[in-house]
Amino acid sequence: MANVTAFLTRTRGRGRLHWTDWASYAYLALGVFLMFGPVIWLVVSSFKTQAELDRFPPRFLPYAPETVQLDGHAEPLPLFRVTDGPLAGETVAQVRRIGLTSQVVRPEAPGEVVKINRADRVPVERVKPALENYRTLFERFDFMRYFWNSTFITLTATAITLLVNSMAAFALAKYEFRGRGAVVALVIGVLMVPQSVVLVPLFMVTREFGMLDSPWGVIIPGAATPTGVFLLRQYMLTIPDEILDAARMDKASEWKIFWRIVLPLSAPAIAVLAILSIMWRWNDFLWPLIALSRSENYTLQLALNSFQGEMRTEWSSLLAMTVLTLLPVALVFAFLQKYIATGIASTGGK
Amino acid sequence: MLLRLISPLMNVVDLPMRALQRRLGISRLAWVFLLPNLLLFGTFAFLPILLNFAYAFTGTDNILLLDRTFVGAENFAQLLDCDSYLDPNTCARDLFWRAVHNTAWFIVMQVGFMVGFSLLTALVLNREIKARGFFRAVFFFPVLLSPVVVALVWKWVLQRNGILNAGLEAVGMDSVVWLLDRHWAFFWSVFLSVWAHMGFYTLILLAGLQAIPRDVYEAAVMDAAGPWRTFRRITLPLLMPTMLVVMVLALIKGVQTFDEIYAFTGGGPGSATTFIIQYIYETGFGGAPRLFGPAAAASLLLALLLVALTVIQLWITRRSSNG
Repeated sequence: MANVTAFLTRTRGRGRLHWTDWASYAYLALGVFLMFGPVIWLVVSSFKTQAELDRFPPRFLPYAPETVQLDGHAEPLPLFRVTDGPLAGETVAQVRRIGLTSQVVRPEAPGEVVKINRADRVPVERVKPALENYRTLFERFDFMRYFWNSTFITLTATAITLLVNSMAAFALAKYEFRGRGAVVALVIGVLMVPQSVVLVPLFMVTREFGMLDSPWGVIIPGAATPTGVFLLRQYMLTIPDEILDAARMDKASEWKIFWRIVLPLSAPAIAVLAILSIMWRWNDFLWPLIALSRSENYTLQLALNSFQGEMRTEWSSLLAMTVLTLLPVALVFAFLQKYIATGIASTGGK
Repeated sequence: MLLRLISPLMNVVDLPMRALQRRLGISRLAWVFLLPNLLLFGTFAFLPILLNFAYAFTGTDNILLLDRTFVGAENFAQLLDCDSYLDPNTCARDLFWRAVHNTAWFIVMQVGFMVGFSLLTALVLNREIKARGFFRAVFFFPVLLSPVVVALVWKWVLQRNGILNAGLEAVGMDSVVWLLDRHWAFFWSVFLSVWAHMGFYTLILLAGLQAIPRDVYEAAVMDAAGPWRTFRRITLPLLMPTMLVVMVLALIKGVQTFDEIYAFTGGGPGSATTFIIQYIYETGFGGAPRLFGPAAAASLLLALLLVALTVIQLWITRRSSNG
C-alpha cells in the first residue's frame, strides 16, 4: 500500500506533489468521468431488459429476475424471497398474482400452493445481460443490410479516393507542366466550399447521373477530396526525383514509376488518408440523408437516426443498435489510435 | 493479399498508359494522371458551385434548371427582408433569421468553450503526468464517434428517467425534462458539440505547446518567474498562432454544425436549436414544396462567409509557418 502511494505521488524528483499536480490529476479524473462515463453507461444499459430500462432511479448493472422451471408449469416462474409471514426467509416461485396477494409454491414442493401478501416478498435478481436486445436487432430489423450498405460505401469510396487522389497528387508533385498552378488553385478553391453549402446543385447533378438513391450517389460525389490530394502531394514532394530518373533510365513507364515506386514510398501518407476516409465515410450523415431515400439503401447512421424517430420509447433495441454502430469505430481506435491522432492533426480535420 | 489482387489490374492499366506516354510525351501525361480527379472535382464540386448561382436566382420547386423561372434577386430579397435583423419575428423568412441568430449564439459559445477547454486540457496533458497517452486518448476518442451515436449517448443520459435526473433527485433537486426546455436544449447542444470535438483541437494545441522550445522555460526558471507569469509571458504569446488557427477552424466547423444536433434535438424544441444548415436542408429537401431557390440563396450566403473564414485561416497558417 505504501508502495502504491509512493508510486502515485512520485513527481519529477522534488518529492512532494505540488498543488498544481493535484489539480491536474483532478481535472484528468473529471475528464475520464465525463468522456468515458456516458459511453460506458450506454453500453451497460444496452444489456438491460426494457423493464429494467424503465426503472427509476436506474441501477448501474443489468439485473434480471431469477426464474425457475417447475413441473406442471409451461413458463419459467419468477423467484421471490419472502420477508414476512410463515414462510419468512424462504425462496419461493410465484405461480400467479391476484390483487394484493400472490400465489407461490416452494421449489421443493411444487404442488403445494401458498398465498402470501405481495408486500411481503422481494424479487430474487441477479446480474444477467439481456442479449435478446441484440438478437431482436438481427431478427426483427434488417441490421445486416444497413451494416453491409455502410461497409460497401466506406470501402469502395476509400479505394476510389486513394487511387484517384494519389494519381492527381503524383502529377502535381512530380511533373512540371503548364497549368499546374491553376490546378492547385482550383483544389484550394474546392477546399473552401464544402459539400454542405452546394447541396441543391449537387442533388441535381447526382440526379442527372441517375445515382440518386443508390450507393454510388453517396460514393462518387465525395471521392475526390482536396484534403487527400494535398496530404499526398506534400508527402510525395519529399521523394527524391533521382529515384524516378533512375527508373526512367531503366525504361520504366511512367505508370510503373507511379505504381511501383512512388505509391509504395508514400505508404505512410496513404495509410493516414485511408484511415481518414474510412472515418469520414462511416460517419457521413448529411449527404446520405439527402441522396438516399428508400430505407433499404440506408447506411447504418441513417438507419440509426430514423430508428430513434420511429420508436421514441423502445430504448432497448435502440441502445443495442447504437452499440453495434459504435463498435467498429471503437475497434479501429483501439488499434490505430496513434496514427489517427497524427493523421488528423496533420491535415486539420477535413 | 489485397496488393496481390490489385497488382495484375495495375499491370493491365500499364499497356494503355504506355501507349499514351508514347503519344503525348511525359509532361502531357501529367494531365492523364490528373484527369479522373479533375473530372470528379469538376462535376461534383466545381459545377455545383456555379450552378448554385443559377438556383439562387431562379424560382419554382422544379429541380430541372430549364424548367425554372428567372426571378432575379427575389430569393435574396425575401431572405434579407427584415424590419430589424435583431428580431427574427419581423422577417419575411423568420425561420432563416432564427437559424442565423441561433448559429451566431452557438458559435460564440461553442468556440469560446471549445478553445477554453481545449487549451486547459492541452496544458494539463503537456505537464509531466503519468499515463499521458491514455489520458490523451480519453479526450480524443469522441472525435471518432459518429454524430448520431454522440447524439444518442447524450439523449440517453438526459432522458426524462435518465441517470442525470436520477442524480439530481438523489441530491434532493427536481428532475428536468432537459431537451424540451429551449434554454437547456441549447445549452446541451453546445455542451455536446464541445464534448464531441474538443479532442481534435486539444491535439492541435498540444502539438503547438510541444513545439515551444524547452530552453525558453529553463531561462524563465532561472529568472525565478512563477508559473502564472511563465504562462502569461511565454506560453500564451508563443502559442498564439496555433490558438488563432484553432479558433478559425472551430468557427468554420461551428457554422456548419448540423449532424449531431439534428439527431440530438431535431432542431427543437420549436426552433431553438435550428441552425443554418438545417434550415437549408429543410427548405430544400425537408418536404413539399421543395424550395430550392431560397435554399440555394441561403447556401450562397453561407458559402461567402466560409470562403472569407478560410482565407483568414490560410493567411494565418501561412504567416505562422513562415515564421
